[in-house]
Amino acid sequence: MERLEVKNLNHSFGFTKILQNINFTLQKGEVLSIVGPSGGGKTTLLHLCADLMDVQEGSVTNSFVSSSFAFQEARLLPWKNVIDNISMGLLAAGYRRRDAIEESKKIALRFGLEERDFEKFPKDLSGGMKQRVSFARALVLKPSLLFLDEPFSALDIGLKKELQTILIDMISKKEISILFITHDLMEAIRLSDEILLLKADPGHIVKKFSYTLPQHERDDAFVYEQSAKILQDEEIIDTFELRMK
Amino acid sequence: MKFALKILKDFPAYLWSGWGAVASILLFIAFWDAGNQVYGDLVLPSPLETFKTLSVMLSDESVITEIKTTLYRASIGFGLSLVLGTSLGLLAGFFATASMMSRPIVTILVGMPPIAWIVLAMIWFGMGDETVIFTVIVASFPIVFVGALQGTRTLDGELKEMAKSFKFPWHMKFFDVYFPHIFSYVFPAWVSGLGMAWKIVIMAELLATSNGIGASLAVARSQLDTPTALAIVVIMIGSLMFIEYIILEPIKREVELWRD
Repeated sequence: MERLEVKNLNHSFGFTKILQNINFTLQKGEVLSIVGPSGGGKTTLLHLCADLMDVQEGSVTNSFVSSSFAFQEARLLPWKNVIDNISMGLLAAGYRRRDAIEESKKIALRFGLEERDFEKFPKDLSGGMKQRVSFARALVLKPSLLFLDEPFSALDIGLKKELQTILIDMISKKEISILFITHDLMEAIRLSDEILLLKADPGHIVKKFSYTLPQHERDDAFVYEQSAKILQDEEIIDTFELRMK
Repeated sequence: MKFALKILKDFPAYLWSGWGAVASILLFIAFWDAGNQVYGDLVLPSPLETFKTLSVMLSDESVITEIKTTLYRASIGFGLSLVLGTSLGLLAGFFATASMMSRPIVTILVGMPPIAWIVLAMIWFGMGDETVIFTVIVASFPIVFVGALQGTRTLDGELKEMAKSFKFPWHMKFFDVYFPHIFSYVFPAWVSGLGMAWKIVIMAELLATSNGIGASLAVARSQLDTPTALAIVVIMIGSLMFIEYIILEPIKREVELWRD
């Protein structure tokens, strides 16, 4: 069974402790999100899970067959056009060039890019388009596990919804597992099976919230209702410092 | 290969865009002619006379030999600084300590006037090829070195991380992530290094050798042969303009298409 298991994870930068005793397991087909205020060590945790940083203490065991990463910023190669950017991951995975280009074109169309955009360089794309390309680059690999680092935070609501719909579609077909960090509670509620609340200084998990309703059955009413509920929670108020002073 | 074809395909359009440049050169020649009418032939020969002298010179075997000598020295000197500057610059750029330590040395190299290098080189190597080549290397090396150093130092950490997350193999990391960025710094440095080499080679020849175009310039000066001196200047400028605008600029445009 594919899974990501984090055990007793601790991490420090110099003398500053960033993460303390983090434990969780992400099973195949699950969406797990980590919410918490900015600067709380979320990105560090995600980088440790994705093997972009070396684990200092504790363990991260990733048995998913494949994974890919979508960053908060698009991080496209400025000297490559849209299609070449999308195909990078495929080429790195050993695809033949022609196949990689073909797959990339298919997914680009699915992500709302148009044929006339294919030859454009990133400098000629809007922020939203760049993020579409970045998503396409991550998902064209059909990863078993997807790491998302607040990828929706800079997008307008329309595009946010569009990309989330694509993800929800994949989730309901059990095609993908997602580890997702965000500071947006509504986003987390819409997408996750489980939400971990990460409190800062040093980052540690204070609470878990679980949602059993399948993602494609969650409507706006559900999201608003759950958000309202979660915002009453003492730990949430404390972690996000929501209390009126 | 595809790339070279694209450069060739866009070349006519590029040339066509050069009318503005041609107009400005013609305007410059017009001012030159006005200067001739004010100051007379001895001080400033007319463009017509200069170009006549030039065509006589270019049909002369011995002048061609002088040009070849100068070209040889410039290309050896520039070629060596290109290879050394690029490789050492890249190497220094990859190590924080090395790049920190090389900064003051580069400042010394850049700050030292080329004429002082010529004097030292004359003492060390005598009057000949070595002196000229050495001076060319010393003058153009730091420019290329700094370009390569900056290119490597400014590699984007976020893109490196992206490459890591997609598990790019080493050749993709190099050709798709590092190389285009570094090249966009190194190539302009090569161009300015070449300009520097071409200027320095003439100066070094004028002072330190008895052949090459620099030496011909010295002879023209001693005989007060202003038309020949000006014709030599035209050769120098013309060849530099040819290399820069006809060969390098089209490549640069194609290479930097992705830039803002």
